[in-house]
Parts: sequence; structure tokens; C-alpha cells
Amino acid sequence: MTKVRTQTIGAVRRTFAPWNDPTATPLIRFENVVKRFGAFTAVDHISLDIYEREFFALLGPSGCGKTTLMRMLAGFEEPTDGRITLAGQDLTGVPPYERPVNMMFQSYALFPHMSVADNIAFGPRQAGMAKGEVAARVEEMLALVKLQAFAKRKPHQLSGGQRQRVALARAVANRPKVLLLDEPLGALDKKLREETQFELMDLQQSLGMTFLIVTHDQEEAMTVADRIAVMNNGVLVQVDPPAAIYEQPATKYVADFIGDVNIIPCKVEGCFGTDLRLVTPLTPHPLQVTHAGEQKVGDEVVLAIRPEKLRISLDAPDAAAGNCFTGTIWDIGYLGDLSVYHVELPCGTRIKVSQPNLSRVVERPITWEDKVYVTFTPHAGVVLSQ
Amino acid sequence: MALPGSRGIGRRLVIAVPFLWLLLLFLVPFVIVLKISLSQDVIAQPPYTPLLDLSQGWAGLKAFVSQLNFDNYGYVLDFNNEFINAYGSSLIIAGISTLLLLLVGYPIAYAMARAPKSIQPTLVMMVILPFWTSFLIRVYAWIGILSQDGLLNQALTALGLIDTPLEILNTDLAVYIGIVYSYLPFMVLPLYSALEKLDGTLLEAAEDLGCPPIKAFWLVTFPLSLPGVAAGALLCFIPAVGEFVIPDLLGGSDTLMIGKSLWTEFTVNRSWTASSAVAVLLLIVLVVPIVIYQNIQARQLEAGK
Repeated sequence: MTKVRTQTIGAVRRTFAPWNDPTATPLIRFENVVKRFGAFTAVDHISLDIYEREFFALLGPSGCGKTTLMRMLAGFEEPTDGRITLAGQDLTGVPPYERPVNMMFQSYALFPHMSVADNIAFGPRQAGMAKGEVAARVEEMLALVKLQAFAKRKPHQLSGGQRQRVALARAVANRPKVLLLDEPLGALDKKLREETQFELMDLQQSLGMTFLIVTHDQEEAMTVADRIAVMNNGVLVQVDPPAAIYEQPATKYVADFIGDVNIIPCKVEGCFGTDLRLVTPLTPHPLQVTHAGEQKVGDEVVLAIRPEKLRISLDAPDAAAGNCFTGTIWDIGYLGDLSVYHVELPCGTRIKVSQPNLSRVVERPITWEDKVYVTFTPHAGVVLSQ
Repeated sequence: MALPGSRGIGRRLVIAVPFLWLLLLFLVPFVIVLKISLSQDVIAQPPYTPLLDLSQGWAGLKAFVSQLNFDNYGYVLDFNNEFINAYGSSLIIAGISTLLLLLVGYPIAYAMARAPKSIQPTLVMMVILPFWTSFLIRVYAWIGILSQDGLLNQALTALGLIDTPLEILNTDLAVYIGIVYSYLPFMVLPLYSALEKLDGTLLEAAEDLGCPPIKAFWLVTFPLSLPGVAAGALLCFIPAVGEFVIPDLLGGSDTLMIGKSLWTEFTVNRSWTASSAVAVLLLIVLVVPIVIYQNIQARQLEAGK
């Protein structure tokens, strides 16, 4: 099912960054949007610009307000305060059926009494399209999701993956300006989900639409999105491309939410331009870290280091190797492609180190209760305020 | 884990209980009525012949069967005897009543299904509440409301809307009012259960795809409530055809319904045999809608799996 991705799509994605272009006009603008349900504030003064043809992900734990934000764009909820504009048009008071926005629902919400073809034709028919045009559009959409053979089936006669594709075809059949995807792949198994993620990206490129996806699955967001907005408790914590979110998390929350991370409490002891010297109770030796932030001597900070940025070895490193922790292996998680070592430091803190399993046969593998040295370069971690 | 065989026996035993119940309380009485409908009237106790006398053995049974005939059916189906008209009139009254019930019941069921979840049990309770009073008494109460000097006419006169009292009691209109009132819960409850199951996101999806809410009702809500509509309609139509109390108490002397004819045949004409034939024919008339109803039920069970 996965297509060979053409060179052009990669090229487009590589250079696509309208959010860095001050002359670009955003397609969707959330301006100071607030949504309260009684005493509960679901969305708290959010301002956000999304650009045309962008694949944008709203990522956060359940209850963080991401779905509410999306439902306000679809028109199912009205903002308590602030406003949303789409292509310059203020959407306040515009009912869902008049918005050039379509949604793919988490439950798919396929009409159970209609065939696949009728489900897909629903939108075009409402738009007042002529009969022949509707039929042509349905054909086109069925071809797009490769379900031509299933046009006459009812939704309950389809597999979960097929239903997901019907929902997708139905949502794009009206050629909306924006396609909203509410946890679109949540019901699929892992393998199918990964395949579908790439199909979604290809689809977005070939349709030239703006996609807004809501998900709690960080891997999914990282795979599909041009930019990710990490939300927590109704506010945006960070809005950045996936690599920036992962490598330069703005806060401890983002670092912790996206992927695995070791959070090491430290105190700034010395500051030499971009080089910091940190002391930590985890090791008697001070740590050398490169960081462009605004930390001062005496600040309490945390050093966030991803497990894969740490090196582990049985042999003592050279004194010049830089930062080093010593500890014993407390547990090992063998995942096939990589192993995750839980190293217990003398102070009792455990840190995670992951190493790719590059060769099938290792002379002396690291095993339980081994004394190990964990090293990392000055660039490996990110210094964040407490 | 139990052996498959023993589980089979256990299952059969469990199923046997309702089957035995149906056999004793439905099939046996029906066979008796069928037998009487094939007998002849006599002035005796019981008032029909032949009687089954098993002491004569096989020959007695043969003699018994040879005396049965279809004369009563000929009598009932004779156009001069008004039974055919009564059947037709009953079907029409039941049909119109069912339509009225649908018109009245659908909005009620819809409002109930859309009400806040917390008050829905109370609303269901309120629909069922009239069952706590005897059906007969509730129909009698309508006499007090609909009669010449009843509550309705008094209220309308007091409001100055009418000069002379409306003649509602003892007309077909009163029969419709009585049937719609009495059968409303049987219409509302299946409709409610169908509408309550409806997934709200389907309506959101319809709206999202450019469909205004009123249109979405006809394109999504109504088609998906059709099993409830069919169940409610048949649940009302089938008993309404054979309704006797309501036309007898509220209807006029010219209100023709088969239940009334049957009663007259049984009590006034004292013909057990002809009235049994009327009952058997009524059952045959109703078999079609009953089978349709069973089909819908089975399909719903299937879809629920």
C-alpha cells in the first residue's frame, strides 16, 4: 500500500517553512481564543497561526484542550472569548455547515444506513453539485483511497482500516480549505497506523490542503506534521517543527512529554559565554554543557538528556572524554533494534541509556549489575529552568 | 469447562421453559378456539357439537373429525353479515390511529432522547406511569372529558370558543382519541430506544459536511430511527385492530370494529362457534404484520451483534 515517495514531495517538505517568512499570511488565525465550560477553562488565551498547505499537529495529553480547539474551528463550539479567522474571514457565528472546513471524526461517524459511495457523496450533494459531477467526485475519492471495489458496501461490512479510509474520503470530498483529523488513526493497529501516516502525508501533498491533526500520540505527530503545537492545561507550551520540539524543548514539560528523557537537577556554577559548568548531586565531577540560554551563576536548572544521546561502556573513558557518570546496571530493556539500560548511580537515581544493537554477536555484552561508565558530550543535553 | 453435550442439555432445558409456557398458554387455547370454530351451535352445555370423546377410542376420534366443517367461516365471510365490513373498518381505524400515534409519539420520543441524560429515566417513568391505573378506568375517564356536558365542552364554552357543545363522545373521533391516548406508551418507548441509541457525532458529521440541522434530521436521524418507527407502529397497529373496550365505551353505535362484532356474536347471538371463527380469521389477518414485526426484531438483534 505504501507508495514510493517522489523526489518532489521530499523537496517540498524540505523547504516548506512559511512560519519563518514574515510576509506570509496565515490561513487560520486563532486570536486570543478562550473556551470555558462552566468554571472549567478548556482553552486559555490561545493565539496560533496556521499556514496554507501546512500539516499541523495539536499534541497533548487527554483533557489538554486540543480537541476543543479543533471543534471551535469546525464550528461545533463557539469561543467564549477571542476569535478565529479562516482566510481572512471571521468565523464567529458561522454554523458548521457553512464553514469550508471538514472533519474526520475519531469514531469515523460514517452513516450506517448509507453505502460507502453515498457516504462519500453526502458532502458534494449538500454542496448542490450536479448528479454527474457527484458521481465523478465519488469515483475520484474512491480511487484516492483505493476502495473502488467497496462502493456498494455498508460501513459495517468493512474492516477498521477500510472504514478509516472511507471517513477520510468523505471528509476531503468537498475539497475543504482545511481538513481536521481528530485522532484519525487511534483505532488502527500499530503497523497499519504507521503505513497510514505516510499515506496521509502523501495525500496532503497531492491534494494541496491544509491538515490539522489532533493526537495524543507523539510519534504520530512527529511523523506527519510540519509543525507541532504541544498543549497542556489549555495553553500552548511550544509550537515548532518536530526536530526542534525534540531537540530543543522549551520546557521540562515538553522534554518529558515528547520521547524519553533523563532530567538531571543541576546548579550553574560557572558561565563562560555559551559554556556552562553545572554541579549535580549525581556525580562529584562538574558537568560541561554548551547552551545558548540566559542562565546565570547560581541558577537552579535541569539538564534534559535523551537516552540515545548518552554512551555507555564497561571501560573507563579517557579523562578528556568529558562528562561522565558511573553506576551499575539495574535493569535492561531489550527491544531488538536497541537496548535500554537503566543505570543506578551511587546516589540512588536511575538514568536511562539506549544503545542501538549494531551487531548480532557481542564479545562481552553489558549485563545486570555490571559497573558501567555513562558519558555524554557538552552538546548532548538541553539546560532548562526548573 | 463443561462438556459440550451437557451444555447442550442445559441449554435445551432453559429454552424449554418459555416453549412450554407458549405451548400451554398460547397454542393450546388457540387449538381449542380453532376446534370450536369448526363445530356447530347447539342449545346445550357447552353450546356446540361435536364434543371430543376419547372413551370411544380411535373410532370416536374419527367420528369427531368427520363432524367438523367450515360452515361458520362461510357465515362470517358472507357479505350480508357485516363481518367483512367490520374487518375492513377495524384495519382502517387501526391504520389511521397508528399514523396519529406516530405523529404524536415521535416528537415526544425525540424530546426525551434529547433531554439531559440525568432526567431521561424520570421521563421514561412518566410515560409508563398511566399503566399504574386500570386501562378500563382511564377509558371511562375519557367519557367524563368528552361527553356533552363533559370537561372539554365546559372548558370550551367557558372560554367562549363554542356556543353549542361539541358532539365527540360516541363518534369515531372519540375512538381515535381513546386509541391514541391508550397506546401512546407503546409507540413512544420503541421510538425512544431507537433515538436514544443514535450517535450524536453522526449529526455533527452531517452538519460538518454542509447539511443544516433540519435536513440532517431527515437524512440521518429519521432513517436511523426507522426500526423504532416500525416496531412502535406494529406494536400499536396489531392490538388496535382487535380493540374492543375503546370502541365499545367511546364509539357510537355505528362504529364498526371487529372486536365489537365478536363480542356481540358471542354474548348477544350466543354463537360460540361463529365468534371463534371471527377470532381465527382475525388472527390470520394479523399474521402478516406480526411476521413483519418479528422480522424487524430479528434483524435488529442481528445488527446488534
